[in-house]
Amino acid sequence: MTATITAPPETPVRKTGRPKQNREAIFLFLPALLPVLLLSVYPLIRGIALGFTDARAGLNVDTSFVGFDNFAKLLQNDLFWSSFRIGVIWTLSVTILQFVAALGLALLLNTDIKFRGVARTLALIPWAMPPVVVAIMWRLLLHPTNGPVNEVLQTLNLTDQPVNFLGDFGTALPAVIVVGIWVGMPMTTVTLLAGLQGIDRSLYEAAAVDGAGVWSQFWNITLPQLKTVIVAITSLDLIWNFNSFGLVYVLTAGGPGGKTMLPMLFAYNEAFRYGNFGMAAAMGDVMVVIIIVFLAFYLRNRLRSQA
Amino acid sequence: MRTRPVARTLQYAAVVCYLVFLAFPLLWLLSSSLKSPREFAGITPSLLPKDVDLGNYSDALSEQGLVRGLMNSLQISIASTILVLVVSLPVAYALARFRSRLRPVTNGWILVSQVFPVILIVIPLFMILRPLHLTNTIPGVVIVYMVWSMPFALWMLQGYVAAVPRELEEAASVDGAGRLRTIVSIVMPLLRPGLIATAMFTFISAWNEFFFALVLLQDPELKTLPLVLARFVGAEGQVQFGPLAAASVLATVPSLVFFAFLQRRLTSGLLSGAVKG
Repeated sequence: MTATITAPPETPVRKTGRPKQNREAIFLFLPALLPVLLLSVYPLIRGIALGFTDARAGLNVDTSFVGFDNFAKLLQNDLFWSSFRIGVIWTLSVTILQFVAALGLALLLNTDIKFRGVARTLALIPWAMPPVVVAIMWRLLLHPTNGPVNEVLQTLNLTDQPVNFLGDFGTALPAVIVVGIWVGMPMTTVTLLAGLQGIDRSLYEAAAVDGAGVWSQFWNITLPQLKTVIVAITSLDLIWNFNSFGLVYVLTAGGPGGKTMLPMLFAYNEAFRYGNFGMAAAMGDVMVVIIIVFLAFYLRNRLRSQA
Repeated sequence: MRTRPVARTLQYAAVVCYLVFLAFPLLWLLSSSLKSPREFAGITPSLLPKDVDLGNYSDALSEQGLVRGLMNSLQISIASTILVLVVSLPVAYALARFRSRLRPVTNGWILVSQVFPVILIVIPLFMILRPLHLTNTIPGVVIVYMVWSMPFALWMLQGYVAAVPRELEEAASVDGAGRLRTIVSIVMPLLRPGLIATAMFTFISAWNEFFFALVLLQDPELKTLPLVLARFVGAEGQVQFGPLAAASVLATVPSLVFFAFLQRRLTSGLLSGAVKG
């Protein structure tokens, strides 16, 4: 009985739809809203703002606004610049090499080759591993006396003395980059493979009829067709690699002599070893600006050349 | 496409190189975890342990800190996974079903949260949680994980919800079921595979997480497994390789098991954005 009475006034509301939908949507958002605002949105804004203050660790420390002081200090800090340079070398090398390696693997996995299943599963395992475990594993592999890598090099007479890969000034950064490639390959490979599988077979057939070889098919069909996927995954890789922390922290902790001191490690030390919250946040600000500028530049170029 | 024999050979050579590069580190870790201390002292390391020795595993498990770390990690990962699902499901539903103005805002937030270096977030987080007495506590880490694994959970769940046919819900509402009732008895059962996949993903990311835990947990009693393992690395020389390798293998098992379940789903197009549930 009550249903028949309440039903009619509801009909017009349902017809317009929007206001009711919005109200319902807000209701569904509510449980997530407070935690996200408090622990994500607010910290993001506060984090950016902290870069303009002299905040320090400690419970009752006065914090005051210092304008661009932190950034002026950073400009004159040689250690920051060198960390920054290392960060760029690391990010570009890992992203580019990882992309080339992953593209090769994805192309192979996309053929009718044997061991495809094994290779695909293996390619995914590094993804599931905790970064700390990956770092420990590579420390064992690269160990100067007990590691197999040195053993192989010595057997092949490529070196007469064990190389302390993670401890020598010259080899530490390249070694860390190799580990970075190993870790990041799965995600990139799987994404590229998904892209490859989405390419229309008939394109290749048409090209083959026109007499295009494998190489020309790759340049004229595969790469152009994959462009969107490539741009997406390399952008993500650039961001992730530039912001990466745990792996190198456990591998070398930034050593030897700061040779692998990525910007994130540098900022972490500044904040939690020396307690300079404001300074560390300023470094974070610089990193955000760099990422945004770089991405804007990269995406604009890529997308323009696509048109 | 026909492939010439030379090209075939090159392809196989390349596959073998990839397999070695990808698999050798894993095999080495596994074999190290099975080697006896005597074998580690030997001059030439070999890939296959001479005799399989499970002593490293029992050594690792008898280590106080390690077992505690394992329990802490389990607690934190399970709690944050449940919370993420409870909080994200309604939001994902709203994102997939309503053209609300909150949609672009949420998607913007998901993007921004991926781009920002965590250092910018962790300092204010630390400053917010400290006066609430939540630094150095398990609940503190759980809520932080909840919020920071939400972007990915939302992204996944949104796709799964969108794959549930709208007509089913309309049918239910014609039959007089309210929105909540529809979600619980129509959408949820159909979403089960998607929910399980999202849960596994969230669990893995919490289980593997290092940075937030490093900053937020100082008390040795509360440290998670990755933190405990990382501390062993610092004390190299004193720490033996065998038990460290064994502990590393143990720490990888939960993620790997879940991942084995997820693999099919992953390769079948989740990443290309075409989620079919």
